[in-house]
Amino acid sequence: MKQFQYVRPATQQAVLAAVGKPGSKIIAGGTNLVDLMKRGVTAPDKLVDINQLPLKNIGITKNGLHIGALALNSVVSENNLVTRNHPLLAMALKAGASPQLRNMATVGGNMMQRTRCGYFYDTTMPCNKRAPGTGCGAMEGINRMHAIFGASPQCIAVHPSDMCVALAALDATVVIAGKKGERRLPFTEFHRLPGDHPELDNRLAKDELIVGVEIPDNNFAKHSYYLKIRDRQSYAFALVSVAAALEIDNGLIKNARLAMGGVAHKPWRLFEAEKSLVGKPATEENFAHAAQLAMQGAIGHGGNSFKLKLAPATITEALKHAAGLV
Amino acid sequence: MESKKSCTGPDDDLDVKDSSRRNFLKQSTLLTAVALTPGTAMKAAAGHVDEQIAAVFEKMPLKMQVNGKQQNLSVEPRSTLLDILREQLHLTGTKKGCDHGQCGACTVHVDGHRVNSCLTLGIMMNGKKITTIEGLAKGDKLHPMQEAFIKHDGFQCGYCTPGQIMSAVACIREGHANSEHEIREYMSGNICRCGAYPNIVNAIQEVKDRGMAI
Repeated sequence: MKQFQYVRPATQQAVLAAVGKPGSKIIAGGTNLVDLMKRGVTAPDKLVDINQLPLKNIGITKNGLHIGALALNSVVSENNLVTRNHPLLAMALKAGASPQLRNMATVGGNMMQRTRCGYFYDTTMPCNKRAPGTGCGAMEGINRMHAIFGASPQCIAVHPSDMCVALAALDATVVIAGKKGERRLPFTEFHRLPGDHPELDNRLAKDELIVGVEIPDNNFAKHSYYLKIRDRQSYAFALVSVAAALEIDNGLIKNARLAMGGVAHKPWRLFEAEKSLVGKPATEENFAHAAQLAMQGAIGHGGNSFKLKLAPATITEALKHAAGLV
Repeated sequence: MESKKSCTGPDDDLDVKDSSRRNFLKQSTLLTAVALTPGTAMKAAAGHVDEQIAAVFEKMPLKMQVNGKQQNLSVEPRSTLLDILREQLHLTGTKKGCDHGQCGACTVHVDGHRVNSCLTLGIMMNGKKITTIEGLAKGDKLHPMQEAFIKHDGFQCGYCTPGQIMSAVACIREGHANSEHEIREYMSGNICRCGAYPNIVNAIQEVKDRGMAI
């Protein structure tokens, strides 16, 4: 690992002043960043440790449930307000990483984690995300884990988070601090598609800081499910995952939320499929129809073409679990 | 994904022969470092960046408690907790497996919570209390989890064992050892390439069922 300077500012203003400088990077849990630094994928001159900031709070506000950016993944997943009001988020968090990593990883850091694409990690390989202009090794290479939605000729990497899939489904908002004050961004707009700039994972500016996420109140707690399909039963990234949340009234679906992980450069919200379910009975046929709608525009690249069948099956299965049909 | 480091067997028994091998390795590494230094330093001086380099390479103070003992250290910011434990404090019970947070061999407790020490920067542990495998036994009396691992044959080569045991203790303390399924899920961050999993689960279940404070 290359040498770097380390600072531990005590205030948010000091953090914002430090992160604006070129070569500076924020470190929170470090589970992804330290790994990337060991492999030489990134080599910051200065690490700004934000763990002194009071951003671990989890509590109810007028905007719903607020979760501080430094709240640990393990803590959030076991918090009563989360398990009671948003069990989908707890399920997604528990599906991610290992107990040790969840004890280190923060909510903000989870959002900021980089893709696990092998070409991104291997500094001897071309990768437009790591080294813009060098090409995409995965496009014609080993792309079993890669995107079937929203990819560009420059990049077919996927965002690896489980937590983010649940937050996208639950209409969360990201609270961001900058030198000019706070701004709010819908969670579904936080991460971006690769387009011509796959080096940019999200819309956070270099001199900004995630301070938390907010989840609005909803009626999905009784009928939600996070289904993650992976190569081994635990401690592996998703091939495909689905966050499904339903509000069911007298057997009819009043409201639906669906998002997929492991299929795109960002958590992939399924708006059309959601709309198709509203007002319909919670049946396997309707779920399968929604899953077919969700697959419009999907493109396989060889190694990942199996996802074209796996994804709709996972959507249907997740909805069945959410509706209590399984 | 990288291939995991294969099991190499216990690499640091406290016998004389082995510790001399360790010292030899340290000395030869040091000689290599000295041999490389002058050229680097000259280049730095020529580029008038020596002051900058000195600032960057500066070690920083780190105060942390390890197994109940206060340690006042001086560390490079890039040193991981794992490397500080092994190389500076000579607590080589904590193992370096993959060194990328994928195998769990480096698991230690920080303020009572299990973490991967290979992905933890030591400098971020200022003021924290660390427990390693060496801190579990009370004198000659093994921790109940250590005894259970022996009784149930919870290892073959032993390389993953310190991490397994640290994780197993945390698994029970967290309240995640209520069934075989739950134990397997909450021990998934610790890989055992010998495949001692059934015996590890048995060891954890026994300690859990005895209900002792651990």
